[in-house]
Amino acid sequence: MTTVAEAHGLTPAQLDALAQEFDALRARVRSELGEVDVAYIRRLMRIQRWSEVVGRASLFLGFLPPFWLTGVGALSLSKILDNMEIGHNILHGQYDWTNDPALSSTEFEWDSSCPAKGWQHYHNYLHHTFTNITGKDRDLGYSVIRISDTTAWSPINLGNPLYAVGLAAIFDHGIMLHDVDVAQVREGTKPWEEAKPALRAGLKKSGKLAFRDYIMWPAFTGPLFLLTLAANALANLIRNIWAFIIIFCGHFPSGVLEFTEAECENESKGHWYFRQVLGSGNISGGRLFHIMSGNLSYQIEHHLYPDIPARRYQEIAPEVKEICERYGIPYNTGRLSRQFGSVIFKILRFALPSRKKSKANQAPPTQPDAEPIELLAA
Amino acid sequence: MEGTNDPPAMKGTELTSVNSDCYSAPMTTGVIAPGSLTKRLLRRAVRVFDVAATPYGVDRYVELVRPSWSSTEIRAKVIGAVRTTERSVTLTLRPNGNWRGFRAGQYTQLGVEIDGVRHTRCYSMTNSANAHDGTIELCVTAQPQGRVSGHLVRTAKRGQIMTLTPAQGFFTLPDIEPAHLLLISGGSGITPVLSMLRTRNALGWTKPVTFLHYALSESDLLFGDELDALAQGALGVRVLKVFTDAPGTGDLDGFFSTEQLDSADIQWRNAEAFVCGPAPLMDSVRSAFDRSSRAEHCHTEAFTLSHFTAEAGTIDGAVRFAGSEIGCSSDGTPLLLQAEAAGLRPLNGCRMGICHTCTRQLHSGVVRDVVTGELTNGPDVNIRICVSVPVGDVEVDL
Repeated sequence: MTTVAEAHGLTPAQLDALAQEFDALRARVRSELGEVDVAYIRRLMRIQRWSEVVGRASLFLGFLPPFWLTGVGALSLSKILDNMEIGHNILHGQYDWTNDPALSSTEFEWDSSCPAKGWQHYHNYLHHTFTNITGKDRDLGYSVIRISDTTAWSPINLGNPLYAVGLAAIFDHGIMLHDVDVAQVREGTKPWEEAKPALRAGLKKSGKLAFRDYIMWPAFTGPLFLLTLAANALANLIRNIWAFIIIFCGHFPSGVLEFTEAECENESKGHWYFRQVLGSGNISGGRLFHIMSGNLSYQIEHHLYPDIPARRYQEIAPEVKEICERYGIPYNTGRLSRQFGSVIFKILRFALPSRKKSKANQAPPTQPDAEPIELLAA
Repeated sequence: MEGTNDPPAMKGTELTSVNSDCYSAPMTTGVIAPGSLTKRLLRRAVRVFDVAATPYGVDRYVELVRPSWSSTEIRAKVIGAVRTTERSVTLTLRPNGNWRGFRAGQYTQLGVEIDGVRHTRCYSMTNSANAHDGTIELCVTAQPQGRVSGHLVRTAKRGQIMTLTPAQGFFTLPDIEPAHLLLISGGSGITPVLSMLRTRNALGWTKPVTFLHYALSESDLLFGDELDALAQGALGVRVLKVFTDAPGTGDLDGFFSTEQLDSADIQWRNAEAFVCGPAPLMDSVRSAFDRSSRAEHCHTEAFTLSHFTAEAGTIDGAVRFAGSEIGCSSDGTPLLLQAEAAGLRPLNGCRMGICHTCTRQLHSGVVRDVVTGELTNGPDVNIRICVSVPVGDVEVDL
């Protein structure tokens, strides 16, 4: 059985050398962090908060379409910024080095249904440690969508497209339920007792946000109650769909690979780096796009260095790409239409049984269903 | 002065009120009054609006227009920064409504941001605790390798916002006027005892007080003019300055000795003494009081610098887990492992320094990152305990 590393012609010694190079890059960036990074995140937080203020204020005149639309737009912007460039990054500990409690990963709470602590457990720890390991990374398909043929097909997968649309619409709740491990409880692999505390915390948080968005602020606008409620619901929906698109482009575009548990046991630092690169995909775009995607458009750099402030990913990307080239490691990147297009294709394709026989009786595949490895696809 | 979070408890407390924190202390020795009724009602209203502003809280919105406002944090604006000597700056700060005043001799932890990172250091208030003008005064002296003190002396200016903690410390002026007060200080240790003298005068006390201060020379002397004015402006105050590097220029010569103390104040054996300064000075004074069987009447403010250059390799030290009140001797492994060996179960994740699940606060001491070799110095910084090895004595909030 060939491991992914062997298939790419990388020996343990080469993986060690790779680790040294990536470690050195990290140390250099880490030493450069300073006021400019803090000023950046604070400016973004000010923009996010002003957006929210403007959004909520506009809805007091929501009977006039331009104000209603401004309300929706500003609130969507505020939620997207909070969840992605601000929340996701702060909760990763990217700003813990500042000792500012407002930027601390242990203190910050974000405008999303999933409580920060719960999300941190399954994201920072489980997802980032076991990235793209079949059977261990629960983010592969979020337990509801069959996203590769390493999962055996069953008739329920015919609903793939439906589940995807549903998940996208309620994505922030989906993340909350994902943390609760609802799928695992249903299967019977996790006892209900263990999941209860997470569910309680999740319902409490999402309840507070729902009260704020669907009762309190609509009530403040008096007769405009329904208009405000609709605007808040639409803003949440826009945030959910955007987040879904960006996040699904992180690990599911064609060319991104999965790994077996066996080949990742006792893995070296070099192999960890290698797996992070091959398990992730970037999206190309302009500066505004990168900010709006929380720099998750640099998913490869993020997975190499989850706790380095995301604004640094853009400047180190050329160097990361160059290191990958020298070691013969494919660097998966492409336009949003291309990356998300391939994700949609996968969702549709794996709704149906795979053409090849199930691999249950053979050695596990080294990559989902022989996609050609694409180098720097445009 | 660079201070410590946990000064030793005061000895001989018949003349002082024992207080474990300044909130529970009877605030008799001059404290700025807590907020008026309007302010208290406003604070309650804020909590209601916190629901509308979930999950951030109202603070983060009001901050947009008034940076010094906070419903919980104590923030202060610098309204004066005067450099009287080359190596020091006297800061006048106006704290926000969360500041609850202080007792003479106490200190606060000043938080200042340097190149994006917030650092905190302890400084004693030097103004009278009885002044009701809503300001406090701190005096910062640049330490030889002091990152924060150096930065403040170089760059502090009006308009900057810094953070404070509630006043702390047991080294405080007694509530009841002692029959005889002896205040001894050296160098930057003048700060807490100066507050004591100013407060004593503001309270109108009249019983004798001797203020004995040691500096290297006249040019290094902090608050020289203020000391003279304090001596002239009140009854019973005697100020003596000693310049150890410049014999003949001060009121007395040479380093502290019992004989010198006799010439300064022959009644010292009947006095309540408060001493703050370099360790050798405090040790000498304490010995003098020990020998006269007056040990419990000598109160000292200890301060240590937690910064030092660590050599490579394991350095022995004591590890203290503050929250659990467990201590052990360091075995050179990361704090997570040492905590688990001590029976604790800290939250952790990847155990390799990436996911930040194990992040805790380092209260004091120095740790080394096993992955990068980087040294991190307390107090009050976030560390990932799975990759942090103690270097010397450390205290962690576990």
